[in-house]
Amino acid sequence: MTAVNPSGWRPSTPSAGEGGAPTVTGNRALMLEEPLLFEIGNRDQTGVDFERVAGGASRLGGLERPDLDLPGLSEPETVRHYTRLSRQNYAIDLGLFPLGSCTMKHNPRLNEKVARLPGFADIHPLQPQETVQGALECINRLAFWLLDLTGMHGVAMSPKAGAHGELCGLLCIRSALETRGDAREVVLVPESAHGTNPATAAFAGYRVEDIPATRAGRVDLEALKSRLGPDVAAVMITNPNTCGLFEPDMKAISDAVHAAGGFVYCDGANFNAIVGKVRPGDLGIDAMHINLHKTFSTPHGGGGPGSGPVVLSEALAPFGPLPYAAKYPDGSYKMVEEESAREEHSRTFGRMTAFHGQMGMFTRALTYILSHGADGLAQVAEDSVLNANYILRSLEDVLDAPFAHSGPCMHEAIFSDKGFAEGFSTIDVAKALIDEGFHPMTMYFPLVVHGAMLVEPTETESKAGLDQFIAALRSIAERARAGDESLKAAPVFAPRRRLDETLAARKPVLAYKTPAPDGAGSGLGAHIGGG
Amino acid sequence: MRYLPLSDADRSEMLKVIGAGSVDELFRDVPQEARLTGPIHGLPLHASEMAVERDMKTMAGRNMVAGEVPFFLGCGAYRHHVPASVDHLIQRGEFLTAYTPYQPEIAQGTLQVLFEFQTQVARLYGCEVANASMYDGSTACWEAIGMARRITRRPKAVISSGLHPHYVSVCKTMAKFTGDKLETAAPELTAETDAERLVATIDGETSCVVVQYPDILGRIVDLAPIADAAHAAGALLVVVNTEPVALGLIKSPGEMGADIVVGEGQSIGVGLQFGGPYVGLFATREKFVRQMPGRLAGETVDAEGKRGFVLTLSTREQHIRREKATSNICTNSGLCALAFSIHMTLLGEKGLTGLAKLNHARACEVAERLSAIPGVRLVNDSFFNEFTLELPVEARPAVHAMVEKGVLGGVSLGRLYPDETSLATGLVVAVTETATAEDIQALEAALKEVCQ
Repeated sequence: MTAVNPSGWRPSTPSAGEGGAPTVTGNRALMLEEPLLFEIGNRDQTGVDFERVAGGASRLGGLERPDLDLPGLSEPETVRHYTRLSRQNYAIDLGLFPLGSCTMKHNPRLNEKVARLPGFADIHPLQPQETVQGALECINRLAFWLLDLTGMHGVAMSPKAGAHGELCGLLCIRSALETRGDAREVVLVPESAHGTNPATAAFAGYRVEDIPATRAGRVDLEALKSRLGPDVAAVMITNPNTCGLFEPDMKAISDAVHAAGGFVYCDGANFNAIVGKVRPGDLGIDAMHINLHKTFSTPHGGGGPGSGPVVLSEALAPFGPLPYAAKYPDGSYKMVEEESAREEHSRTFGRMTAFHGQMGMFTRALTYILSHGADGLAQVAEDSVLNANYILRSLEDVLDAPFAHSGPCMHEAIFSDKGFAEGFSTIDVAKALIDEGFHPMTMYFPLVVHGAMLVEPTETESKAGLDQFIAALRSIAERARAGDESLKAAPVFAPRRRLDETLAARKPVLAYKTPAPDGAGSGLGAHIGGG
Repeated sequence: MRYLPLSDADRSEMLKVIGAGSVDELFRDVPQEARLTGPIHGLPLHASEMAVERDMKTMAGRNMVAGEVPFFLGCGAYRHHVPASVDHLIQRGEFLTAYTPYQPEIAQGTLQVLFEFQTQVARLYGCEVANASMYDGSTACWEAIGMARRITRRPKAVISSGLHPHYVSVCKTMAKFTGDKLETAAPELTAETDAERLVATIDGETSCVVVQYPDILGRIVDLAPIADAAHAAGALLVVVNTEPVALGLIKSPGEMGADIVVGEGQSIGVGLQFGGPYVGLFATREKFVRQMPGRLAGETVDAEGKRGFVLTLSTREQHIRREKATSNICTNSGLCALAFSIHMTLLGEKGLTGLAKLNHARACEVAERLSAIPGVRLVNDSFFNEFTLELPVEARPAVHAMVEKGVLGGVSLGRLYPDETSLATGLVVAVTETATAEDIQALEAALKEVCQ
């Protein structure tokens, strides 16, 4: 870990504040400022051509619209606007993106190519089923892979993202309980859980209570057992958990919950650590969502779209949502919808979304799975765990690693801000990482670790890349311990310095308002060129 | 394995640093009996890019591609031409492979796009503010009902019979668990909508009236009287739109008094994709913004006073409020919102109006020709690019018979409403700018034949 850069090349870093003379445009060579669309476009400009329509019939019921006030740009201007904006983003394609719990792995480009095949991209969800047999086969094959990888009984493919999948799982649980006439009111969720867990449980009509954790960062089995009873509908557990640790008592937890008549929901956000190595079905889990945009590499796209299929145990599968793609003995496929539900899926809790789910994500995920195969997927889990442990052990001398003494981590390493000089916190470390050319780790989550830094490198990082990250984080950690005030100014090389989030929330400006002609209105536009 | 950069030498070196003898030692928290000892039995092993592409292509080849046949399906998903630059731009790695913009200093690209997207959606819908997108139109519709309940503290939503039946199903599913009361009905094959029934049903318990515009049969109704009636009773008007191109020609829901406007944005920039991913649009009045679900991008300044954008008002959201959040939504539909925004930028007012006129003119022509077929009746007085025909035969078998002739001729109401025998003869036909004269000719000929 001596060479920061294996080629021996070392960048010459300008010191902070060394900015040179201001430019007329506010640009800095390749760092280009870009105004808002509403400041450069106009209502008469367009980037598309249509054939002219002769005036004539209008069947609009007398509701013609007078105007729209939507600015347009020509194609060259459009391409430049968005290309310039794109360059103000960090992305996996640029470098390490160790956002814990988000699994920012490389997005293979074959997946993109396959998803755009007209046979997948250009078919309508309500086409007659005999015209979409290949699409149904794709969904069905992916479904069976997910069942084989998890050892579960059924799978609901339609949930649109992880949180939607959580909801699906809890609705199955509530349906199963109601069917046996058992109204239960409480869902137990660990304090360290993702915020979606309690939000989902509350939405499904449950009261949320905390599950206590041990000092080693695991669920406290004995405390949990003593809380179980006839009012507990389900326990929601993330495994591996958000501290980056596997719950070794998972099977015992499941057995205890089942013995008390409840169900076990597993948040599968961290499935990447165990894919191909451990089957959640063997641990007694009743429902688990799988974020296809995490473990199975569908692109995060700046915040979605995701996809959150839910695997279900034998007890819950009968209650899963409509529709689903079934295969029949004659080799044909059918989307089981409302029409045939009465015969084929009579206990379903209903539909969660229009149409059939995130087909564009299914094609990408299946492509990813076929590329890796059973062996490649196990290697994914192993390398992701190896990379995280490498980071954990390479930095535990300069960063407090609260659970490192209890053994290896899974696919993410967690550190706290203990040991930083007075007044220095995780955010200062995170912002300094930006200047070093990395995306920061997840900050201040989970809540159970003070000033948490959750680092998930994923398996698609090379050792050289990890070494460079470790060297950068080591140096920043040392500066935070020493109380180096310059950290507070970070980032200085990003397109923007730290942004005023309090101002944004206090006086929300959520849409562009055209300034009044006399120049009153938003004065912020004057700062575009900045500096 | 082409996606895994570590070599065996790297792995051993790293294990040495870690102080572990093998990778298995790192999994020691996993009980032995739960650990798999090799690749899962019976599953295929890794494969080359070429082999995988061939396999996937074979499946893709078993579908009838909309763009290769005369195609007239709608009902919540529409086939429009998407300019080539849209897909090129959304595939830039800086957009495609970025995460939710939690670190705004290095996510200004995504954040400015979302701010522009929110403004475009708000203007299209005639509302003050819009959020950064939802999963799709159907889930946005349900979220709107929940939001109306929180604002009015009333339990009942009055739902128009013209709301897409999948959207109704989603609402019914959710209402079963939340305890919301829903007043629903199936549509009738008439030119008149159920606007009068809606107005008559509003009472002191009503949180909102939900109206689709244009509706599932393609009909366009003046929303102003419904808005007035709702407001008079202290309820909100929620308007659902599944075809944003229509709003290039017809009045915006906001200007007719809608309080919350939601919809499906798929028509602009996204493509059919067999139903997803799509992009849910969600707009409302400024005064209701703190009850709105989903992410919001807002304007602010950085430490040097330069304009910048951040995610804001997150105290509504699950990662801060946990069980008290307005919604459990986390990931939205960012990349589809980007596609929508780019396409809308290329269109502008001029392009969107031109596109809408073209759609409407084509639809008027096709409606006239098809309703001239003996026994076929046009149900609608008003429509944009989609209308309903009453056939002399059942529509479901007619659709399949048209497939035999290589024509995707519409959506049968029998598929959407399997329990409503009175709708079995209804066929919904959508006509966009992508339909050629030959396509229209083929549809007319096929429908004529199956109606005999």
